[in-house]
This record gives sequence, structure tokens and C-alpha cells, in this order.
Amino acid sequence: MSPSGDLQTRFIQGDRRALARLITEAENGTDTGRAALRALYGRTGQARTIGITGPPGAGKSTLTNEFAKALRARGQTVGIVAVDPSSPYTQGAILGDRVRMQELSSDTEIFMRSLASRGALGGLSAATLDVIALLDAFGKEVILIETVGAGQDEVEIAGTAQTTVLVNTPGTGDDIQAMKAGIMEIADVLVVNKADLPGADLLVSQLRALLSLLPDRTWMPPIVKLVAIENVGIDELVAACDNHWEYLTASGRLRGQKEERVRHQILNLGRARLLAGLMDDAEGGVRLDELVRAVADGELDPHTAASEWVGQEAPA
Amino acid sequence: MTERKIRVLVAKPGLDGHDRGAKVVARALRDAGMEVIYTGIRQTPAMIAEAALQEDVDVVGLSILSGAHLELFPAVIEACRERGITPDSTIFFCGGIIPQEDVAAMEQIGFRAVFGPGANTNDIVKFLRERVGAPV
Repeated sequence: MSPSGDLQTRFIQGDRRALARLITEAENGTDTGRAALRALYGRTGQARTIGITGPPGAGKSTLTNEFAKALRARGQTVGIVAVDPSSPYTQGAILGDRVRMQELSSDTEIFMRSLASRGALGGLSAATLDVIALLDAFGKEVILIETVGAGQDEVEIAGTAQTTVLVNTPGTGDDIQAMKAGIMEIADVLVVNKADLPGADLLVSQLRALLSLLPDRTWMPPIVKLVAIENVGIDELVAACDNHWEYLTASGRLRGQKEERVRHQILNLGRARLLAGLMDDAEGGVRLDELVRAVADGELDPHTAASEWVGQEAPA
Repeated sequence: MTERKIRVLVAKPGLDGHDRGAKVVARALRDAGMEVIYTGIRQTPAMIAEAALQEDVDVVGLSILSGAHLELFPAVIEACRERGITPDSTIFFCGGIIPQEDVAAMEQIGFRAVFGPGANTNDIVKFLRERVGAPV
């Protein structure tokens, strides 16, 4: 049997090493990874996916740890995908989310994988959806996805997970920060973590005021106060995510959301494929160098150069 | 997309909390373009083996300063073996306070290299690049 087929067989039998290896293959975009995704994709669609995002140091990993324990306590199996940034200079990475999740590693029903962002800018990595698909196909009932420490604009998670939890902490800015466009808009559940610190109630009231300004929605994000490291408020968070799940299923929104997600994924993969085609073409690389020099010398503008590079007529 | 990244688990078994060395090595490997999963301190052999399994690493690096390496390191190797991760398929290396007379014992159970105090991080990077044999 081919190495790929053997891995798939072991995967279907529940071999966790096969799962780990296929995640690596998918992440590296190898033929083995692609073949596995093709063969196993029919097994996906069973898992619930919950994204956890927020600024660096907000407590995402600690919260994910407690969340996973709460899910296990009610008998659900858990997959965790935790993304940390790659260096823009060396492409290396320190993946440190396990430090806050040490107690999970004694439970074989939890599978946790650290991913480096590998240059992706939205707070996840390009392969995150593939990794989620593999955990889903493996039978994990709930998949928690922890993003890179996100600032204001890393909103990719909202198009990736069914439920997005935004973790805030007191003392990180005034209400104008919360009014800005971007990450505040994508939350399905708002968390105020470190709620034992001064300013927590002020933050809650600011978030509440902000929510009151949102146009009428069928789902109003609840605000959950918690102290993740002391496991205070986790049950309320789990309940809030359950409510959102019920809303998604009852409203029929789940299907629409899935189609949006898949459309976005196909477009992204298509774009990457087209670009790779241009870059792999040796002639394309040489022409790119020529165009770079022409633009740098001021002979050409970047828009015309791009049109020429992809082989289009420059717009008149 | 298709480039092969070297993934390294850096772990600290046992009860000593001296993680400066492990962090310096983790940082050096990061700067060499590798993806380093850092577990934190006070790991049991089972925890390290689970992390190695789930993260599908090419390399496992252990750091210890408590003197318990003769007890703990074989236990880590054994816990990894139970999960199908062997020194044949995965590169194990270690560092910390490991007396010269114990180095042979470490190599005997599967560690390919022992880096003690004063080791140059460039040597560690070079060693791993050669052994994993992946383009960086």
C-alpha cells in the first residue's frame, strides 16, 4: 500500500500518530497531505468549531485550557489548534501555547497541535482549515482554535470557526478603541478576562454600550466576565457558546456560514495556486525582476507592471 | 507552502525550574528558521512523549539541571517508544548538567548528542540541520 494510503488507514482506525503525521503533510502542502484531505473530507462536518481570539497576553491559552477541561468534563472529545507567529525574518517560530495547557496532555481524548503562522497575516496559518478538517474527520467533537495574539484587524478567525470568542482584558484602552472597526465586530461571544482586576466593570459597561449601537441583529453577543486562571466563569462561557450554537442551528445560519467559509477557502486556494503558477514559471521570475527594476527606476508604475506580469493588457 | 520545516520539541523533565538554557536553545533554533514547541518546566516523561506525538516533531531536545538524567531520560525515551516514537525515527538530543562519565550512557539509550555548559548554539543548529537533512 502507498505510504499515503497506509496513513489514511491508520487514521481511520484511530491512530493518533497517523493524525499527527497527516497534519504535518497537510501543513506542508505535500501530495500525501492533499490525497489524505481528498479521501477523508467526506468524514468532516461533524465537529463544532470555536475560535478564541484577542490581544497578546489576554489569556487565550489559559482560557482554552479551562475550556477544554470543561468540555471533557461533560464527555466531549476535543481538538485544539493553537497558532503562534512565525518570524518575518527567519521564518522560525516559538510555539509556546503548550506551556499553559500542560495538564491537558495526560488526556488522550484531547489532541492539541501548535501551528506557526508561516507568513499568513489574518491571525491563523494558511493550513489551519486543513488541520481543522483532519481533527474533525478524526472524530473530535469540539475543536478550539486559538489565534495569534490579535490586534485590531486579524479577523480571519470569524470566517474559520462557527463561533468566535473575543477575549478582552481591563486596562487596555478607552471606549474609542472598542468603537473602531475590525475585530470588535466579529465576536459572537465577548469575554472580559482577568475580571478580578480594576476596570473590569467599566470595560463591561463600555462593551455593553458598544453593543447597544450595533444595528439590529438576530444574535446579540453576550458578555461573559471570567478569571480563566482560577476557573471562574468558565461554565458561563461554555453556556454562552452553547446558546450561540443553538442559534446557528435553529436559524439555519449554520449552512450559510459554511458556504461562506468554503467559498472564501476556494478563492484563497485558487489565488495561491495562480500566484504559484506565475512564480514557478522561470520566465515569470525573470520578468518580475525586470519589472521591479523598471518600477524602481521610475520607468513604469506598479499597476502597469502587475498587469504586464500577469499577462494582461494594461488598462487604458 | 511546500517547504519542509524542521519542528523541534524543547522540554524540561523533572523538578528543577532552571529553564534559561532551554530557552536560549529554543531561541537559537527559532533564529535558525526552525519551529520550536516549548513545553515549559516540570514535565513528566508521559507529558513529553504526548507532546512529541501530537506535534509530530523531527527532534526532541531535553534539558535538565537537577542531576536526575539517569532516571528521567530513559523514562522519556521509553514513554516515547510506547507511542511509536523511537530514536531511529526521531532525533533526541540533550543538555544541561550531565557529567562526562554519563555521556556514554545517554548515547547508549538513543541520544545523538549531549550539549553541556558552554556549548555554542551554532553547533547545535549545525548538528540538527545535518541530522534532519532538511533544507532550511
